[in-house]
Amino acid sequence: VVEGTDAGSVGLVTAVFIAALVEFVEAFTIVLAIGITRGWRSAIAGVIAACATLPLVTVVVGAALLRVPESMFQLVIGTLLLIFGLQWLRKAILRSAGLKALHDEDAAFREEQEAARLAGHETRFGLDWFAFVVSFKAMFLEGLEVVFIVLTFGLSADAVGLAAGAAVIAAVIVLLAGLLLHKPMSRVPENTLKFGVGILISTFGSLWAIEGLGLLRAGSESLDWPGGDLALPVLLVFWITLSLGLVAWLKNTVAAATVGEREGVA
Amino acid sequence: VSWVGRFFRFWYDFIVGDDWRVAAGVGVALAGGGVLVVLGIGSDAAITLLSLGAIVVGLVIGLNAERRKRLARDRS
Repeated sequence: VVEGTDAGSVGLVTAVFIAALVEFVEAFTIVLAIGITRGWRSAIAGVIAACATLPLVTVVVGAALLRVPESMFQLVIGTLLLIFGLQWLRKAILRSAGLKALHDEDAAFREEQEAARLAGHETRFGLDWFAFVVSFKAMFLEGLEVVFIVLTFGLSADAVGLAAGAAVIAAVIVLLAGLLLHKPMSRVPENTLKFGVGILISTFGSLWAIEGLGLLRAGSESLDWPGGDLALPVLLVFWITLSLGLVAWLKNTVAAATVGEREGVA
Repeated sequence: VSWVGRFFRFWYDFIVGDDWRVAAGVGVALAGGGVLVVLGIGSDAAITLLSLGAIVVGLVIGLNAERRKRLARDRS
């Protein structure tokens, strides 16, 4: 659906770049806390091990994805992407409405640092095992999310190179900014970014997942959205409007309940 | 916890995430849309819009659960 369209390419690059930026900031925060508290050797070894494992996962998953019919690909990947996107969006809406604390990278950094300080020392293969495992997990999990987004967006739009390029640029920016600032990047407005990514991923996810339902009919031909190629921008506007409406609804109901209780007490 | 438990936990956290209602909403919406496709009921446009509507309902149910939790906490 997005093949060859400018709107599709811009959406793809934007979604992958912002999603990768957020994921790399989270990974960087954890590795920085571990590196400072437990030493850089084991923390960097964990990052290198994760970076070495991720391409293997990418090749296996990518090869599997290339072998399935288009509608099955749309259904499976669209569904995963949609759940992924809605979870981001859900959290972003709750944060914007004040129902959930804003994710504070400084606080996350302090918590990781404290956990690292309190953890015992166990040495395996000449490495501080706690530092190695935590850094590995942080890099691998956040990296896996980026790989997933790059592959799904890239394969669907037939532009894996473009998607991978956007993720690499995000990684370089986070690394350079982190090295220059020597601190977690708490200035990155994470909730705004997550809001944007949640909307973009939900847009593409809902578009593909529902198209992919065509897998279940004779011929396995994808379903057609009303409006054809216009469905993508219309869905984007729909998710933006819906999200802002939900934020307003949550803010209003919680504020009304608070006022009602105050009046009740008075 | 055995490695099998950790394995499933990892994939549950990775795919389903924090709120199972949202994931379940997507599953129910697509399953409903799938039934319509299999039975040949409704046009493509109707099925796409109905499925999208059901997905939105799942999201709203998930958000409403958080809202109710917050209101209950405020009252106590």
